[in-house]
Amino acid sequence: MPAINLTSNVKDNLDFIMHVSKESGQPVQHCYQCGKCTAGCPVAFAMDYPPNRIIRMVQLGLKEHVLKSQAIWLCAYCSTCTSRCPRNVNLARVMDCLRGMARREGIQLEGRAKKIALFYDCFLDTVKRNGKLYELGMMLNYNLKTGHFFKDAGTGLAMFTKGKIKLIPTKNENYKDLAQIFERIEEMEEKC
Amino acid sequence: MIRVGVFVCWCGSNIGGIVDVPRVAKEAARFPYVAHSMDYKYTCSEPGQKMIIEAIKKYKLNRVVIASCSPRLHEPTFRKTIARAGLNPYLLEMVNIREQCSWVHAKEPDQATAKAIDLVRMAVAKAIHLKPLYEGSIPVTKKALVIGGGIAGIQAALDIADAGYRVILVEREPTIGGKMVMLDKTFPTLDCSACISTPKMVAVAQHPNIELLTYAEVTGVTGFIGNFSVTVRQKARYVDHSKCTGCGTCWGKCPQKVPSEFDLNMGTRKAIYIPFPQAVPNKPCIDAASCRRITEQKCGVCAKVCPVGAINYEDRDKILQLEVGAIVIATGYDLFDWTTAYGEYGYGKFPDVITGLQFERMVNASGPTGGKIVRPSDGKEPKNVVFIKCVGSRDEAKGKAYCSRVCCLYTAKHAHQVLEKIPGSQAFVFYMDVRAPGKAYEEFYQRTVDEGARYIRGRVSKICRQGDKLLVKGADTLLGTQVEIEADLVVLATAMIPSRNSRQLAQVVGFSTDKDGFFQEAHPKLRPVEAGTAGIFLAGSCQGPKDIPDTVAQGGAAAVKVCALFAKQEIATDPMIAEVNEALCTGCLNCREVCPYKAIKRKTIPDKARGQAAERTVARVNSSLCQGCGCCASSCRSGAINLNGFTDEQIMSAVKASLQHQRLLTNRQ
Repeated sequence: MPAINLTSNVKDNLDFIMHVSKESGQPVQHCYQCGKCTAGCPVAFAMDYPPNRIIRMVQLGLKEHVLKSQAIWLCAYCSTCTSRCPRNVNLARVMDCLRGMARREGIQLEGRAKKIALFYDCFLDTVKRNGKLYELGMMLNYNLKTGHFFKDAGTGLAMFTKGKIKLIPTKNENYKDLAQIFERIEEMEEKC
Repeated sequence: MIRVGVFVCWCGSNIGGIVDVPRVAKEAARFPYVAHSMDYKYTCSEPGQKMIIEAIKKYKLNRVVIASCSPRLHEPTFRKTIARAGLNPYLLEMVNIREQCSWVHAKEPDQATAKAIDLVRMAVAKAIHLKPLYEGSIPVTKKALVIGGGIAGIQAALDIADAGYRVILVEREPTIGGKMVMLDKTFPTLDCSACISTPKMVAVAQHPNIELLTYAEVTGVTGFIGNFSVTVRQKARYVDHSKCTGCGTCWGKCPQKVPSEFDLNMGTRKAIYIPFPQAVPNKPCIDAASCRRITEQKCGVCAKVCPVGAINYEDRDKILQLEVGAIVIATGYDLFDWTTAYGEYGYGKFPDVITGLQFERMVNASGPTGGKIVRPSDGKEPKNVVFIKCVGSRDEAKGKAYCSRVCCLYTAKHAHQVLEKIPGSQAFVFYMDVRAPGKAYEEFYQRTVDEGARYIRGRVSKICRQGDKLLVKGADTLLGTQVEIEADLVVLATAMIPSRNSRQLAQVVGFSTDKDGFFQEAHPKLRPVEAGTAGIFLAGSCQGPKDIPDTVAQGGAAAVKVCALFAKQEIATDPMIAEVNEALCTGCLNCREVCPYKAIKRKTIPDKARGQAAERTVARVNSSLCQGCGCCASSCRSGAINLNGFTDEQIMSAVKASLQHQRLLTNRQ
């Protein structure tokens, strides 16, 4: 990383820092960088920036670095960090907030982040249509979009023969209500 | 007939867990002159002491050897114990088999036991030659001298005076108040510093028991605890304070402006001046070096306008002699001169790089800018302010190894003040660690963070000019990257160092300083306000960097020590001191050179030479000053000096006992 000009960074991205704090409801400035989140994170080994550094980058307004990072997508929301944080920062929510921001800002994702984002899309898509998860449909959709057509096909077949996966989608009885929730959220997101 | 009793202590498992204590006691029973030997779990406990007393009576013991912990811990305890049994308290010899055996040789218990036996053997051999010693007594002058009129000295003086004893407070500057009165607000409560310190200054001036000597310096101290004789040089003020009413006409009319020391050269004062409006005493003095009447025989305006004729250009320094019983030293601190060390911060050539104390003067409502934070270069309000901590502190290469203890909090306060006073401003703080260990300190630091101060963990490597701004280049080690800030103002938290001339004062008074030049306390934990010399006490940051609460607490503690001394009519002196055998002394006075306590004086005694009456020089030990360190005894070429309780005879017999035993073992092999 080249030297970062903090004067302009903090000033120009003050709304970013404020926004993350407000949307996630988390006092990111409270973080004193003890590193407890990183110490316990089960996926930190695979991240490009460890969790504490993501928070540090938010504190200093390094918006682009944060939103383009793989780490925010690799976070599994297990909340180990949150339950251990001595400053009561719910880091999992901050990560979630950053993922949402990255999507809204139309950040071009790469690598694993791109696939994970796609997985989220596929999941939400099936819930939106059926009011619940339709495994086979979601798996096919994801494999089609990622181009790995036969990924996990063996596992899928084994689950199918044991009756764990249904061929035809079953719908939740309130699936229409759920679809309405999706619509309302989309409307809200467009506004902001 | 000499009868030695040996008592070996287990100290619970501290000694007993490693050293075979019963074996040590059994071996000791076979040493010459030992009439009784035993071991016990806790010898210092009440039953343990009772056991010693009973053994002394039962076995008619007249020397006691106790093998246990350090004599620093329990020698006074056991001296009292044997005194209760009717023995002279100095017929006791202690062997430290805890620190010197069980603790250091925890992994080799057999050798620890063997060493314990050897040490007891030596102690017994020494104890045989112990002689009864008797404490002397000296009278006490019930008047205290406090050197330094900062908050530490003020607190100590007020507390001693309130207890009913007389105090003389000597201050080098024209006013008391010290550094505290220069500050704006104090962390973590944000009390106005002047509002809480000036009433105390006034209380000093008005107290019937306090005699205030400002613009005066201590130049000599002789004597000893209870009986010090102090020389003070009262610098010429050129203003007769007995006539002066402090009306202010003189400094209003004085045409000569010079930089104000009180405002750290950021403002000006006149040649006849009071340092600040609330100064105590509130009467002026003339700075001779800048007064045109004194240097050039011109002007003389102040004398013309003075309505009471208080100006006296012929005033000269006066030497005062004071007799006091105790001295409290409270000479405070100065700031590390960063301009000589930190080239990367510009060696002081950028006017907008200032120190924390300069910031205090600037942000102070009675300071040179009337409380406005401005850039010294152009007087504009800064928007981006960078604070750099540990400038000189925790930097062995360029400054001091120690932490100055106050910078973390005052920097947090400064950042708070920037954010509070300048709308739309940013405060960046470069730090290595945030050390906030006082009451409500961490909370105060967090409050500043919540207010928007950006803390960056890392040091600044370079400050350079960029247009009318300063480009501060540093690192954020948490981010693992270089960062830079376009700053309008940079504030350095410079290290606290001992007050200028404090080393000379230490020499004048005759006690030691630590590696950094701060005054050395007698014990870092148990005697933190006593100096190594009896009757001299320390208060405030002259002993080490300290914040205001700790300084005030130490001032009060030093005062209590003085009062405890003054509450006695006479004080006992330790008999374990050096003694000169005049028959052997050649009068070379080598001992006088090595004595750290100035306890040795020249003495002339009558003598005979070739049947004629003559005179001869010998050394004489002042029993009140001598602390029994033994430097003189070891430096004496003719063996004329002995340290009571550690005479050559006593030490040599201990050494002999050890060596004879070793030879015996070698022969056997």
